[in-house]
Amino acid sequence: MVSTEEIWAILSEVPDPEIPVINVVEMGIVRDVKISGGLVEVVITPTYSGCPAMKAIEEDIEEVLREKKIANYHIRTVLSPAWTTDWMTDEAREKLRETGIAPPEKDSADKNVLLGKVRVVKCPRCDSKSTHMISQFGSTACKALYKCDDCLEPFDYFKCI
Amino acid sequence: MASDHLLHLADNALILGQRLAEWCGHGPVLEEDIALTNTALDYIGQATFLYKYAAESEGQGRDEDQLAFLRDAWDYKNSLIVELPNGDYAQTVTRQFLFSAWYYLYLRNLENSSDEFLRGFAEKSIKEVRYHLQHSSDWVKRLGDGTEESHRRMNDAIRELWPFTGEMFTSAEFEKAASEAGVAPQPELLLAEWRQIVETVFTEATLKMPEDGFMHLGGKVGKHTEYLGYILSDLQFLQRAYPNSKW
Repeated sequence: MVSTEEIWAILSEVPDPEIPVINVVEMGIVRDVKISGGLVEVVITPTYSGCPAMKAIEEDIEEVLREKKIANYHIRTVLSPAWTTDWMTDEAREKLRETGIAPPEKDSADKNVLLGKVRVVKCPRCDSKSTHMISQFGSTACKALYKCDDCLEPFDYFKCI
Repeated sequence: MASDHLLHLADNALILGQRLAEWCGHGPVLEEDIALTNTALDYIGQATFLYKYAAESEGQGRDEDQLAFLRDAWDYKNSLIVELPNGDYAQTVTRQFLFSAWYYLYLRNLENSSDEFLRGFAEKSIKEVRYHLQHSSDWVKRLGDGTEESHRRMNDAIRELWPFTGEMFTSAEFEKAASEAGVAPQPELLLAEWRQIVETVFTEATLKMPEDGFMHLGGKVGKHTEYLGYILSDLQFLQRAYPNSKW
């Protein structure tokens, strides 16, 4: 009989399809694991409503469960509570930075967004604070595009939501 | 029968998403191309959630794809403003701004809905719409307070789109029912705050608030402009040509 801890461990092997240095547990996409009567239920939540990776994530989870001979499973998607970058673990943030993606600031939901203020985002390569936003929307829905004014490298910033 | 109220919200999201997706590969600069298609993705994702819920609550065995691909123009309940052509960039960002300001206020109220699904949906979507509103208002300011040419184009866009704004604040029967049941806000009550947002941004953009005049209605009851049929013929082509095909 498989335990919920084992399922969590198995799920930690599933990388995020768009940012493979982080797994789906660290991303906060897996919300819950329940086992009852031999049925394994995995509860996931999308980062963004239209995130094209969600389908891939679901399939990747199914694949890894089947590999571990777990046949009786159900993957359920929930919208509430809404995913927030606050759920991302510190390890995940560090991994992002190492890959060249500026991690999201801790205090989630950019209230500043409405007021049109732009956050100070540190360059993940040289740590400079003199950076500027090129576009609110970057290579994926969850990232904005910035440029460092010191090392001149463009970089992705993982937006707070 | 799927709920007209859910279909209205889903159709708004799907049709605007489809319109924005038309910019894919045609954006004025690469960053904008990406911004609009990201926004389109958010809308199409939101539409999928809403159609799914509408189909489940209807309980007739339909799914989200059938609701999107197998209804005709007169079954669509979106507001007319979302189906209007993209026009130039001024028109696209103006439509986006006017709509996002309404949608933002609508979702903020929907977070208190008596319907559990809609509460969760609103909580999720408002995070995305906040970014759409900021992005589009930035462009309204940039173009309005830009060159003589961009200012003129913004004024043209506002003149073109303004008569389609009244519909967002005019309840259809299903909206009256939804607000009486505590499911959704009453659109009329959002108008004052919407005007404030629009006026603040327009002022900064050196643009004038237009006078309210004749307002087009009808989208919510299935009376659409001729543009919707063309959008659907694009959107639904595959399911019409190859019924029930899956991939």
